[in-house]
Amino acid sequence: MNFLLAFVFCGFVCALGQLIYEYTKWTPGHITSLFVVIGSFLDLFHIYDQLVKIFRAGALLPITSFGHSLMHGALAATEKFGIFGLSMGMFDLTAAGISSAILFAFLVAVLVKPKS
Amino acid sequence: MNIEKYNKVANSHQPQKHILNHTLMAFFSGGIIGIIGELILCFYQYIFDISLKEATPLMIITMVLIASILTGLGIYDRLGAKCGAGTFIPITGFANAMTSSAMEGKSEGLVTGIGANIFKLGGCVIMFGIVSSFILGGIRYIIGYFW
Repeated sequence: MNFLLAFVFCGFVCALGQLIYEYTKWTPGHITSLFVVIGSFLDLFHIYDQLVKIFRAGALLPITSFGHSLMHGALAATEKFGIFGLSMGMFDLTAAGISSAILFAFLVAVLVKPKS
Repeated sequence: MNIEKYNKVANSHQPQKHILNHTLMAFFSGGIIGIIGELILCFYQYIFDISLKEATPLMIITMVLIASILTGLGIYDRLGAKCGAGTFIPITGFANAMTSSAMEGKSEGLVTGIGANIFKLGGCVIMFGIVSSFILGGIRYIIGYFW
């Protein structure tokens, strides 16, 4: 059942992105930026947390979850440090994704010879 | 040839759009990536006996690693040409953007090539994510202060 839910939600978000891509002249960069902003907006009233609870990996994999976890870490830190917590806790939850992406991108670029 | 006639001829030679096909393709490829993520999540939860919150970073690191290796082998770009949004909306697309721009800059050297180019495509995601989180988080903090 979990697998079906993950399939449906992740596929739905991707189909939405494809529809925007077909009907406008935006590049993939524009669309991913839009989805990140949507993700952080959905966390404003903790809607995305409910989605993660229901769809698990289906809601964690699309790029919207990136905005959600940036916002979530920032909000969690404001309870401890006040308004300055916004910048102190921003990367608390996304650090794994960003740092591993930088590391693996560097390693692959150094080790692999580009074909073209 | 007047403008009206020109527009008619130009429109008839534009590439045909297969919107339904592309959308279905994006739906299935995105869904399959979701299933792979769920499989990895279940695997880690079963092996290490941890909660969903603790297993999430492990799953994301694994997916990013897979996407980087596939990009290095040149498979991910071929998939991306077929699947469209199904490959650039999930977090694997972010890893693909970083890796491909790093590989592109390799010929210019380690610092000015790889170091400077690595955020060329993926930087917009991080920038918009941080700016929107700052603004919306500030709004949320002020609302919570007065409530």
